[in-house]
Amino acid sequence: MVTADWTGVDPEWSRDIDVASTSAADEPGTLRRWHLLDNGAQLARRGLTPAGTLLCVHGNPTWSYLWRTLLAAGSDPAHPWRVMAVDQLDMGFSERTGTFRRLADRINDLGDLTAALGLDGPVVTVGHDWGGVISLGWALAHPQQLAGVVLTNTAVHQPPGSPIPPALRLALHPAVHRWGTTTSDTFLRVTHSLARPPLAEDVRSAFMAPYRGAGRRAGVGNFVADIPADASHPSFPALTRVAEGLRRLSVPALMLWGPRDPIFSDRYLKDLISRLPHAKVHRFEGAGHLVAEDRDIAAPVFDWLAERGRDSNPADGPAPVNPAPEPPMPEPSTPAPGTGLAPLWAPLTGLAAGPHAGDTAVAEMAAEGSVARSLSWQELERNITALAAGLQESGVRQGSRVSLMVPPGVDLTVVLYACLRLGAVVVVADAGLGTRGLNRAVKGATPDYLIGIDKALAAASVLGWPGRRISVRDLPAARRRVLAVETSLAALARRGATLSPDPGEAPAPGPDSPAAVLFTSGSTGPAKGVVYTHRQLAAMRDTVAATLAIRPGARLVAGFAPFALLGPALGAVSVTPAMDVTAPRTLTARALADAAAAIDATVVFASPAALRNVLATQGRLDGAGHEALGRVELLLSAGAPIPASLLAEVQRLLPRASLHTPYGMTEALPVTDISFEQICAAEADAAAGTVAGAGNGVCVGRPVHGARVAVIPLDADGSAPGNRPVTQPGLTGEILVSAPHVKESYDRLWLTQRESVRTAGWHRTGDVGHFDAAGRLWVEGRLAHVVTAPGAVVTPVGAEQAIERLDAVGLAAVVGVGPAGTQAVVAVVETIPPVRRAGPAAPYLAGRVRDAARQAGVSVSAVLTVPSQPTDIRHNAKIDRVRLSRWASAVLAGGRPGTP
Amino acid sequence: MRVLVTGASGLLGREVTGLLVRQGHAVTTFQRRPASVDGAADLSGSVTDDTAVRRAVAGAEAVIHLAAKVSFTGRAADFDEVNVDGTRRLLRAARDAGVRDLVFVSSPSVANSGAAIAGLGAEPADPARAHGDYSRTKAEAELLALAADSPDFRVAAVRPHIVWGPGDTQLVERVLERAGRGRLPLLDAGAALIDTTYVDNAASAIVAALHRIEHIHGRALVITNGEPRPVGELLAGICAAGGVPAPSWRVPGRLARAAGSVVEKLWARSGRSDEPPMTRFLAEQLSTAHWFDQRETRELLDWTPAVSLDDGLARLAKHYGSLCGGA
Repeated sequence: MVTADWTGVDPEWSRDIDVASTSAADEPGTLRRWHLLDNGAQLARRGLTPAGTLLCVHGNPTWSYLWRTLLAAGSDPAHPWRVMAVDQLDMGFSERTGTFRRLADRINDLGDLTAALGLDGPVVTVGHDWGGVISLGWALAHPQQLAGVVLTNTAVHQPPGSPIPPALRLALHPAVHRWGTTTSDTFLRVTHSLARPPLAEDVRSAFMAPYRGAGRRAGVGNFVADIPADASHPSFPALTRVAEGLRRLSVPALMLWGPRDPIFSDRYLKDLISRLPHAKVHRFEGAGHLVAEDRDIAAPVFDWLAERGRDSNPADGPAPVNPAPEPPMPEPSTPAPGTGLAPLWAPLTGLAAGPHAGDTAVAEMAAEGSVARSLSWQELERNITALAAGLQESGVRQGSRVSLMVPPGVDLTVVLYACLRLGAVVVVADAGLGTRGLNRAVKGATPDYLIGIDKALAAASVLGWPGRRISVRDLPAARRRVLAVETSLAALARRGATLSPDPGEAPAPGPDSPAAVLFTSGSTGPAKGVVYTHRQLAAMRDTVAATLAIRPGARLVAGFAPFALLGPALGAVSVTPAMDVTAPRTLTARALADAAAAIDATVVFASPAALRNVLATQGRLDGAGHEALGRVELLLSAGAPIPASLLAEVQRLLPRASLHTPYGMTEALPVTDISFEQICAAEADAAAGTVAGAGNGVCVGRPVHGARVAVIPLDADGSAPGNRPVTQPGLTGEILVSAPHVKESYDRLWLTQRESVRTAGWHRTGDVGHFDAAGRLWVEGRLAHVVTAPGAVVTPVGAEQAIERLDAVGLAAVVGVGPAGTQAVVAVVETIPPVRRAGPAAPYLAGRVRDAARQAGVSVSAVLTVPSQPTDIRHNAKIDRVRLSRWASAVLAGGRPGTP
Repeated sequence: MRVLVTGASGLLGREVTGLLVRQGHAVTTFQRRPASVDGAADLSGSVTDDTAVRRAVAGAEAVIHLAAKVSFTGRAADFDEVNVDGTRRLLRAARDAGVRDLVFVSSPSVANSGAAIAGLGAEPADPARAHGDYSRTKAEAELLALAADSPDFRVAAVRPHIVWGPGDTQLVERVLERAGRGRLPLLDAGAALIDTTYVDNAASAIVAALHRIEHIHGRALVITNGEPRPVGELLAGICAAGGVPAPSWRVPGRLARAAGSVVEKLWARSGRSDEPPMTRFLAEQLSTAHWFDQRETRELLDWTPAVSLDDGLARLAKHYGSLCGGA
């Protein structure tokens, strides 16, 4: 029994036991003394019957201390589990054996221990680092008892062609190994330093406690030396047995991962997912190797334990006890699940075989105003088929992840539909995320293939993005080598065209298999990957078609990527205007008119930022340009709110067009729709005060075809803890949507996914808003941006709109400073002309801003001015209010203003 | 109820006395020079005089203790004598005389170590960390007062934060006087968020504390308008109301705090009795956030401020006959 005082450990858990060893490393009959943390006796003393046992195995160079939060959680009478966290032999406070124990010995050792303990009942193994492999070895050897496996930052297999991580290579280097791991405590210190945030001093000291003195650290060195760097290593067969055995495991599995790990990076997670495809996976963005220290893993582990056995997708769970009054449900347009789903590309295939096969299907414009490239429906279909064949021959399979870093246009259209037809999962993260965001997204999604333009491939080389690289065009050999590019789309298409089409070879993907991972804009936290199935993509197409009446034969200018990709699926002719699509602001009126003229466009998709630039550059438009825009019947703009004043200007430029601004998010595109006329009517209602609930927010109209929308009312603390969606006018809450085109899940974000479907059958958007008596939805901001002033829950948008109506004010943001529940409301505004330095507003402006906000029912404490708001890259419209709030807190505490 | 108000000649004391009189209480005031509030009896004397204090508390059912040495500068011993010893003397005399309830009027600075305060409640008074002799002695006195609380002699402390209003010599007159001579700088960008208390609100809260003492005795509550404002805007509002130009020159807060310390010491050493242009206390007040969580105060006192900040500035403007009132 070790009686030292370790933070977070109940001394009652600490115990020793002598175990007869049957491992090859020991003479027969040898007794080994183990130390473990075990809450079994404590549970028995309290009369609590555990649901099962968590067998927790630490890695190198930690010890059972790593699992203390699981022990505490298992001792909670609400969900008692026996938690047995072992110190492996030569590690922690277990015996120093003087032997060199290899992987096979360690797996056997663990079996000896559980046999000696007489462990019975269901066992869930929990492992970290090399303890992960050992716990899995135990799991495979005890199938009768095994009830589940939990893995945190570990690996069972070195993916072929990739060297072991540099940090481990260094630790294994003969010149470094003994000194780094045993003689000194460097390996321990380096490992402890991986914690994000840093370990508290008492925790660090507890981790160090069993390893003080070189004599206590032999196990640390031996552990490192036992890492099988290649097939010749003595432990390689044992590792391979575990790795291959995993594929047979069908018990529930949970993987909790810290991606900022220099050793067990995302590629090992990907390998584990391929072996345990049914596992629930959560990557804690920002957490590292010691994920159990960096984040609360006990809560998710016990939630998962409770859900095990049940279907773990709450969306399929039982209906709420008090079902909400059903919001009006339009007739469904998509066939019921399983009944003749038309795949996304069905209209395209139909047109290619029909009388209009020779007509233009896709085109892209050159800068000087002419069509740079175009394909007819027949050519498009042929190119897609050929590329699909070529991709398939080079190894792209159903479920392969293919990251597409190709700007919208003909190439992207072809490769996108080729991948979808093969059943490959396209990963789309646009440059609007910025380099850091993009890097995080691509590494987290671990694509098998990365198809990109030069710039993307260069970034892939520099940043070490995973995936076999394919260029768009043929590259010179030298360039190909530099970028480690295997082939090009052009070459694959050429090759594919020579292959005889064999439909049996590539079965069409099932409607419920994943089709795409689309990344959120990242304007509200790290970008999240959103998984769509084929059924959901098809539903998105049908929703857009039904809501906006876009039919085959429509001709659209695609100035906004997400909708651009739907063009061929809608049977619509699509043209990409000449612009830098990563910067919407680069779309000029001239480029838009040229694109419209080229196909005699009836529909225009453009982001709000693009529209602003179109208006700013409309002076350079000639008569023909005005004429082309004058023929447009429908304009769609989405992604960020658009003020009515801007729409009025757009209307003058496109006099015949019906202007629509659908509301939606990456997880559900679109959710509601509203036209300019409807916006004007809604604003008139708000001003007149004749319709209950009209006002305080951006009116985004009514649910789109096939969608239901409701809210979960906000509590006084600004959260939406309830589970009963309602649609009563004037009631502010988190906005929920239910529709066939809502996302399948968040990628490798099990906890986020669970949270988003907490209300069964609905997706929680994280936006807040309310309905008016006319059934229109008004968006009031993000749930995370709600300000809780004393006695008032303040949603930002209403007051911001009131402030922005002042002349001499540009973008406004309302944020809170101070403790929740008693926050001071702060208005941060851009002025026209902009101030040179950020700081408190002059008293006159402050007074006007305060009065304007008061009209919207909000008492503002302070008004700050900034030269420009911190906005997202994609839309230049979504203000980072969390950052602003931090900045405002510092300034208003008396700090230097600096820049937000 | 027979109520004794000490320190009734000041702005807040007069207001408290007037309010109690209007509520129909029999009020006696006690201070060095007559307070002359209509309807209240005046008793002259100092809290440093034991006999005078005992005479003052005789027959009172309740005491509101405002008398204190309030200044940014002065000899430490003077502060101790009035604020600490005076309070101790009053507490003892009141208890001996059978007074039932006592409200000790304190200051949020008793719990202020100089760091920014954003949305906190009433933290414990801490003489060791309080800055300046005024805050230190008020902290000691508050601890004494609350320690005296018992079921038979209920004591509560209220801490109005920066009380101002027409006729206020502590903040308004100083600001106007300095700004008028161009000697009032803005520290840093003048963005520190400061909560203040309009004098009528402070008075009504103090009287509410007496009426609600059953719920609050033994503890301290901070009182403010609950309307924090950036200090620059606040000063500009006061200047506008007083008809003088608002401060426009800026001094880095850290520099002002350091300079304030030095000036304060030199002033004290030179024996000058007037206020130095900048003290460390003033620099801190003007360059760091001071605003408070008022939810509990309002609930316990069953009280809300009747005069908003903007209304208060308008009244100030009226008082000074200035036309450009409001914020």
